[in-house]
Amino acid sequence: MHSFGYRANALLTFAITILALMCAMASLSDNFNTPTPSAQVQVLNINWFQKQPNGNDEVSMTLNISADLQSLFTWNTKQVFVFLAAEYETPKNSLNQISLWDGIIPSKEHAKFWIHTSNKYRFIDQGSNLRGKEYNLTMHWHVMPKTGKMSADKIVMPGYRLPAEYR
Amino acid sequence: MGWIGETMDSVKSLQIRQVLTQAVSLGMIVTSALIIWKALMCITGSESPVVVVLSGSMEPGFKRGDILFLHMSKDPIRAGEIVVFNVDGREIPIVHRVIKVHEREDTGEVDVLTKGDNNYGDDRLLYAHGQLWLQRHHIMGRAVGFLPYVGWVTIIMTEKPIIKYILIGALGLLVITSKD
Repeated sequence: MHSFGYRANALLTFAITILALMCAMASLSDNFNTPTPSAQVQVLNINWFQKQPNGNDEVSMTLNISADLQSLFTWNTKQVFVFLAAEYETPKNSLNQISLWDGIIPSKEHAKFWIHTSNKYRFIDQGSNLRGKEYNLTMHWHVMPKTGKMSADKIVMPGYRLPAEYR
Repeated sequence: MGWIGETMDSVKSLQIRQVLTQAVSLGMIVTSALIIWKALMCITGSESPVVVVLSGSMEPGFKRGDILFLHMSKDPIRAGEIVVFNVDGREIPIVHRVIKVHEREDTGEVDVLTKGDNNYGDDRLLYAHGQLWLQRHHIMGRAVGFLPYVGWVTIIMTEKPIIKYILIGALGLLVITSKD
């Protein structure tokens, strides 16, 4: 009844239960944080804008992104993955989301940043619908916890428009 | 012969009733594990509710040996989500992030492009030859939760199968020889 095996088993079970409970509590404690992030994006320049030989429009742009995501960080936050996506509608597609830039923020100290960059991923449409197209730029972030539930949110910045002619 | 005889005696000395009880309790353990797994499949709607990260392509978010909980809901797939997908001709599912989404107006079908956070380029090189986009049916689920390190158990067991057999044997022996 009180052999070594039983005691080891009881100890292990208890330890794992406590560990699981602590992980669950750490994950739940994220709910007490109400973040107030902010972001601004400027399109500084359209570097070029053309139709590929296969008929898809492609655009290259220079962006100035500034954001303050410090309030997303809690003690259970391992990193925040942040990306900027262009979102627009076309007659064929009810939604197009194209990631233009992304980054990994490892700690709170790096969560207030600004960056001047051209688009990291190619901005290519499915088809030729980008001339004069109105689009939103959306700052998305995904909070990766040390353990537990992942969470995500976004800021939509509407009212951007691509030029009416290729250049 | 003497040793075998002794062993036979000790086996005979176990009452049949007790042997049956042990067998039933062993069966209970196996079936309850199966029930939990199948219940998770039903709740999450994903054919494999828990996956182990096998590569470092999502570091520093997910490291090798971390466990991901998947959920497969009817919600449309959106950029930024971490999805687990199967590519035709590849056995092992891949966990990567969605970077581009094109959703059809009429049918609601989606074209999805993924990329590992730690990889330089997108995943078109990993897809089947000539495949440009993932469709809905390639996707097994999206990651909703995360538990570090626990997956090392399964990685070790698949890479060193001998440990698996030792562990199973030891557990089986423990259950059979344990007296309430």
